[in-house]
Amino acid sequence: MSGKTDVILNEKKVSRALTRIAHEILEQNPDAKSLVVIGVITRGAYLAKRIAKIIEELEGVTVPVGLMDIGLYRDDVHSKLDQPVVERTEILFDVVNRNVILVDDVLFTGRTVRAALDQIVDFGRPKTIQLAVLIDRGHRELPIKADYVGVNIPTAKEDQVILHIMEKDGIDEVLIEQGPRKSSAGKTARKGQSGGAKGGKK
Amino acid sequence: MSRLHSRHLLGLEDVPKEDISLILKTTDSFREVIDRTIKKVPTLRGITVLNLFYEPSTRTRISFELAEKRLSADTVNFSTSTSSVKKGESLRDTVQNIEAMKIDMVVVRHSSSGAPYYLTKCMDANIINAGDGAHEHPTQALLDMYTIFKKYGKLEGLRVVLVGDVKHSRVIRSNIWGLKTMRASVALCGPSTLLPYEAEKFGCDMYTKMDEALDGADVVNVMRIQLERQQSGLFPSQREYTNLFGLNKDRLRLLNKNYTVMHPGPMNRGVEITSEVADGANSVILEQVTNGQAVRMAVLYLLSGRKEEGE
Repeated sequence: MSGKTDVILNEKKVSRALTRIAHEILEQNPDAKSLVVIGVITRGAYLAKRIAKIIEELEGVTVPVGLMDIGLYRDDVHSKLDQPVVERTEILFDVVNRNVILVDDVLFTGRTVRAALDQIVDFGRPKTIQLAVLIDRGHRELPIKADYVGVNIPTAKEDQVILHIMEKDGIDEVLIEQGPRKSSAGKTARKGQSGGAKGGKK
Repeated sequence: MSRLHSRHLLGLEDVPKEDISLILKTTDSFREVIDRTIKKVPTLRGITVLNLFYEPSTRTRISFELAEKRLSADTVNFSTSTSSVKKGESLRDTVQNIEAMKIDMVVVRHSSSGAPYYLTKCMDANIINAGDGAHEHPTQALLDMYTIFKKYGKLEGLRVVLVGDVKHSRVIRSNIWGLKTMRASVALCGPSTLLPYEAEKFGCDMYTKMDEALDGADVVNVMRIQLERQQSGLFPSQREYTNLFGLNKDRLRLLNKNYTVMHPGPMNRGVEITSEVADGANSVILEQVTNGQAVRMAVLYLLSGRKEEGE
């Protein structure tokens, strides 16, 4: 039986968080023309497009947006029963000497970001790679830290962070589904299932 | 769904539609990888692949080897001319000795139909058929299907004509099973001496007249005609074969407007296809070669690490 589910961010708060991230990116990178934005598929890609659009509205500069699937760079390909479904990576611009903003939805263990960094470097040598995430839920397994964070949310490792996004799910919201907790008798409840992006493998 | 039903690829006869769809979808992602400046991903790091070629091959062997290297796998190449096969070692002993060196996957080409299936019975590695006798050549058919799919955005409902030695061609056989599974309309065309007995069991339209076969077709896939077939008396002369079954500019007029010309290679220019047609605007022959690498990367990726319990 899954635990309770709390709405952490609603549509307005998601929008504010992304706007603030865009402003912070421009503070750190005054020359918007040096920027390219790369989103991690699936939901990170939608967030990347939104951040690029906000930057364009603020600065009048069109920022190239790329989409990246990290399936081929994962470190657990052969430890899983199913192979990850590989989506198409689309980076149709040169990253050499550009300031790359890597966008993901939930930062958890840091393994997705590690894979994404490896893949970006295979496309060329950027001037910098900066990490922007909507949610940082902690529990890092690698020494990786985000440069721009929408919201820091303390979670238990068993919890699921679920992002619903307008373009894919018809609504902007972030939920936390409480995972099974050890009871006093030492038993654990079964994991719940739900849709949306879960910050459970990152 | 992100897994194939089998841990081996022995042929397309029993491969379900969803598996072919998954391979074609995954191929699309790898097609992007081979267009990059750095054409290498770390996906199969730590996996060792044996290329076991008991028959001569240039294109397929190089294609597989490049696919493996681009996935960062370790590769071992085996050819009979420089191996203990020359000393009389059996296939079973050869592969069991090699497997003792911790091989994860085997890509096998053999002149005997069923050799890849036999290997699944005597070793634990994932087996990929790179052509066995007159049985099947599944990755060639998959790359043909992917090439057609990329052009038309579908396979269902397209009329595909396979021309050549239907009786002995493993490429035609794999194409028949794959295309029919994907609900394309398949027609076979060749001299009656090169059509198999009970060919109607394939469930395809059969033609011994090229012009009838090509009428209203979207895709024509021409196979190499092997000269040894002429020597064994199955057709009188190359010139006659060219006149009756060679694909030339005049015959292209019979095809649909947005037609596609294919050939798995190597080509006998001027025999089964004229240079003008092979190098024409609607020819995708070189695209097939590029797509072949992406298809093989997809197959290696989807089968890698699959253990017995996945059967």
